[in-house]
Amino acid sequence: MFSRRMIAVFLLALAVVGSAACGGNKEETAAPAAAGPTWKPTGNEGNVTGTIAFAGAAPAPKKLDTSNDGACGEAFANDVLVADGKLQNVFVYVKSGLPADANFEISATEVTLDQKGCVYMPRVLGIQAGQPLKIVNSDQTNHNIHPVPKTNREWNESQLKGQAPIIKKFAKAETQIPVKCNMHSWMLAHINVVAHPFFAVSGADGSFSIKGLPPGDYELEAWHERFGAKTLKVSVAAKADAKADFSFDAAKAYNAGSLKVQPALVLP
Amino acid sequence: MGRLLAILIWLITAGTAAFFAWSKTKTGWWFPEAISEHAAAMDSQFNLTWAVVAVAFFGAQAALGYAVWKFRSKGNERATYSEGNTRIEIVLVAITGIVFIALAITGQRVWANLHLNQAPPDAVQIEATGQQFNWYFRHPGADGRFGSTSPKLYDDTDNSVGARPGPLGIDPKDPSGKDDIFGQTLVIPINRPINLTLRAKDVTHNFYAPALRLKQDAVPGLKINLHFTATKEGKYEIACAELCGQLHHQMRAYMRVVSQAEFEKWLSENAPK
Amino acid sequence: MSDQVQTSHAAPKGFIRKYIFSTDHKVIGIQYFFLALVAALIGMLMSLLIRLRLAWPTERWPMLETIFPEGFKDGLMQPEFYLAMVTMHGTIMVFMVLTTAPQSGFGNYFLPIQIGARDMAFPVLNALSFWLTAVSFLVLIAALFVVGGAPLGGWTFYPTLSAIPSAGPGQALGADLWIVSIALFCVASLLGALNFITTTLNMRTSGMTLMRMPLSCWGWFTTAVIALLAFPVLLAGGILLLLDRNVGTGFFIPSGLVVSGKLIEGGGGSTILWQHLFWFFGHPEVYIAILPGMGATSHILATFARKPVFGHKAMVVAMFAIGLLGFFVWGHHMFISGMNPSVAIAFSVLTLVIGVPSAIKTFNWLGTLWGARIRFTTPMLFAIGFVSLFVAGGVTGLVLGQTALDVVFHDTHFVTGHFHLIMGVAAIFGIFAATYYWFPKMFARTMNETLGKLHFVLTFVGVYAIFIPFHVLGIAGHPRRYADSSGYEFLQALDPLHVVITIAAFATAAAQVIFLVNFFWSLFKGKRAEANPWEATTLEWSTPTPVPHENFGEVLPVVHHDPYEYSVPGATKDYVMQTEPNSF
Repeated sequence: MFSRRMIAVFLLALAVVGSAACGGNKEETAAPAAAGPTWKPTGNEGNVTGTIAFAGAAPAPKKLDTSNDGACGEAFANDVLVADGKLQNVFVYVKSGLPADANFEISATEVTLDQKGCVYMPRVLGIQAGQPLKIVNSDQTNHNIHPVPKTNREWNESQLKGQAPIIKKFAKAETQIPVKCNMHSWMLAHINVVAHPFFAVSGADGSFSIKGLPPGDYELEAWHERFGAKTLKVSVAAKADAKADFSFDAAKAYNAGSLKVQPALVLP
Repeated sequence: MGRLLAILIWLITAGTAAFFAWSKTKTGWWFPEAISEHAAAMDSQFNLTWAVVAVAFFGAQAALGYAVWKFRSKGNERATYSEGNTRIEIVLVAITGIVFIALAITGQRVWANLHLNQAPPDAVQIEATGQQFNWYFRHPGADGRFGSTSPKLYDDTDNSVGARPGPLGIDPKDPSGKDDIFGQTLVIPINRPINLTLRAKDVTHNFYAPALRLKQDAVPGLKINLHFTATKEGKYEIACAELCGQLHHQMRAYMRVVSQAEFEKWLSENAPK
Repeated sequence: MSDQVQTSHAAPKGFIRKYIFSTDHKVIGIQYFFLALVAALIGMLMSLLIRLRLAWPTERWPMLETIFPEGFKDGLMQPEFYLAMVTMHGTIMVFMVLTTAPQSGFGNYFLPIQIGARDMAFPVLNALSFWLTAVSFLVLIAALFVVGGAPLGGWTFYPTLSAIPSAGPGQALGADLWIVSIALFCVASLLGALNFITTTLNMRTSGMTLMRMPLSCWGWFTTAVIALLAFPVLLAGGILLLLDRNVGTGFFIPSGLVVSGKLIEGGGGSTILWQHLFWFFGHPEVYIAILPGMGATSHILATFARKPVFGHKAMVVAMFAIGLLGFFVWGHHMFISGMNPSVAIAFSVLTLVIGVPSAIKTFNWLGTLWGARIRFTTPMLFAIGFVSLFVAGGVTGLVLGQTALDVVFHDTHFVTGHFHLIMGVAAIFGIFAATYYWFPKMFARTMNETLGKLHFVLTFVGVYAIFIPFHVLGIAGHPRRYADSSGYEFLQALDPLHVVITIAAFATAAAQVIFLVNFFWSLFKGKRAEANPWEATTLEWSTPTPVPHENFGEVLPVVHHDPYEYSVPGATKDYVMQTEPNSF
């Protein structure tokens, strides 16, 4: 009767639907291209260098409580790192002054974010939109990596003990993206995604340098997770070095926590 | 086939019994060591229930096997025509009803002790907070009062001794919070009633201490009290027993049961400077 | 009721009207059956992936990485993938298999025939129910493939984990699709339930009084009543959760939550509210899954015991008692949820009371076998297996139903073992029994008995080997939904048990190939079936095979007897068909 033909058709339909559904996840890769031409260096570029001074006493080293995971060992808080009155982990970038429609070549060099001793290394990093981020787990324990961006896509992936590095890209420029490991709640990094390659993070001596800037007037922003952002205007002459020194004050703008408020009502 | 099926049912039944008996003798394959005051009552209620379960299980399976063996078809002989027996039915309802309800009621004593009775006023006050995927335990310090907390102040990145506001968001301006002590390990004194207040910062967690025979959801938006007394010193594990995210299985903390003297020493060592 | 005029329609001619968008209850029943079969295979494969991770959590599986690049990064099964499999396995099995096959599949095919009706009361509604279920299934499967992956909140989908997208991977679009799928399923089941109830009450043929209905019909009818009352509650809950996720209503989200460093604004809701709504549906759902199996088992036991069902009326009462009490025990899933502990006591006592009608059923099945002349056909083996598994899974309910003991066993593998035995494999055994029993009527061919018996023996031993050790895991304190237990000292000794369970699971899954081969081979090449191969009494065996359009010829059958008149003293044969005139 109806049985055989009907069954055959039904199974075929299910098979078609089943195979159609097997698309898999597509990773966002390409940075959105601006309308203008691709920017090329002309040979006239200059540099901006500077140091981040820190007024006030350096905080005493604080030993974190890592007792829930024996594989972590001893870890110390590294949110505020000061040496000789200089502040480390300040993110400095060109906030404005570049031609708005320019397309900058995206670096193919991987930026590494390591998880070592249950602490992110580095704690603050800059990366170009579309540039590969290589996430490494050097620990003998399992982590999860959970960036909480506002405009980029949020993701949350585990990286198990001994697992190969994960390569990720951020599609849109967005600074101050907090990255958390929910397993080790003290672990925090900040990823700053910029459309152009003109950014730097201050080193242990508080110094930074942004190289290869075309001559012009710029506004620089320096941002520290605890002390907030400061801006500075700087002019770069052809083939010259410009100075841009920032200073943060321990007594001011202590930015406790890094809570971002999620809107209660999202209307389409 | 009838005989084979009967033997199969009996073998499975006997195998199940043997497996449980064997598991009981293996370390780690039966209940973990019990170290709380109420655990003995719980374990004996389990033993009583397990006996009823065993009788029901073996009785029914043995009878099923017997029926299958005995009443297989032979030639053209007809089955006994019977539509039932109301008297047996009523007796059965009465017996199972009494046994089951008696079990349910005897089991409530332990529950009432645990949840309906309040902790004694001199109980050690501790607050447990769950978050993806950590536990934090807070002691009120010398003043016996917990400082107020606020979600806006949570600062996960600094959980060092005495950190303010720290991961629990203790208000630095509240004087009763100045001496609060917190950490990822639950340290409690032996033989003293503990009143644990459970909280959750993000999703539902579950405070599960196998050795204490305790399990209670930590629910966002609620403060849930739980009280117990630990009777043996040592280091024990605390787990999360409510699915809370991808690393749910790693949400482990330790509980240290120590002498009163050691407890006080620990408190002073971990007090905010 | 019975004298209802039933208008006769001509059989539809076109292929699509006849086989795809058919309104014939028989075609729809078979469509449901195949949907459940496909879902069961997917769900079973997922369970094998779950078992792989539990037995060998740190093993690398490069071959699986090629199939699931996201789930097996660097060959290691990711915990989020494991939890997604746990969630999808549970959802697919509970909704798409256990709710679909026994009730909508067999119920659709056989309820009208067994009560002497030409079709369901609302044939178009019936087709709509199926196609909604099919869409619901596709939406659920789609949740596996969207960005962010499948949801990982478990089939119970507790907020706030499920309500806040940031709370985990797979809690983005995948979770929305899950909710949409379940909402569609609720609507489909609701329409189906209305149809079943109306059909049972209004469409019975002359002489088919309620007490003359076979117990299988009572199973479907009771289940439909439960479904009518339970599914709307889940539907409401699902809609509220969808609103919470997408427009920030906060029904289930309390104020002041911080997820991954992000403060969630709004709130003012209660996570426990979801648990009440979910379990108000969720506990009756257990009976939705098992009652049709109970009905079919009673039906099949009587057929092959060659005896009337022992205590027919008590069976009907017990079935309804279970259905009714099932609405008053949902709180036993929530003893430790933070619910008022005094209320827990009431739920606990009621839960153990529900054991009484369950005990009656078991006792009456044994009574049916007592003094029987059992014919050990494959469907009978599965029906007897159902009784055995129902007992094995049911008795541990005495432990879990007690408040104090639930504190120890809640969310451990003891629970996993308990519900897999009683609502998982017992219900599946009911489905297998029904499949082997009704196959000759549905497909006009017979299945191979030797393969059927082999399938039974392997599956019967296999499911015990899988699920009895789960109880030991639970007694030792092993929590469920753990992707890996290696982080806990108190769970270390249990590793070999996980390996044993996994091996048993793979072996049992392999045994299902025997069923598939037997099923599909018999479908095309099996021996032609007679109209009444089992010498059974009920109306489905009084129609010709294959069953004609509108089931019966010109005249509807008239019923003269109780459903299970086997071995009646003085009768010429050892069975009296329901349609046989009174003088035999």
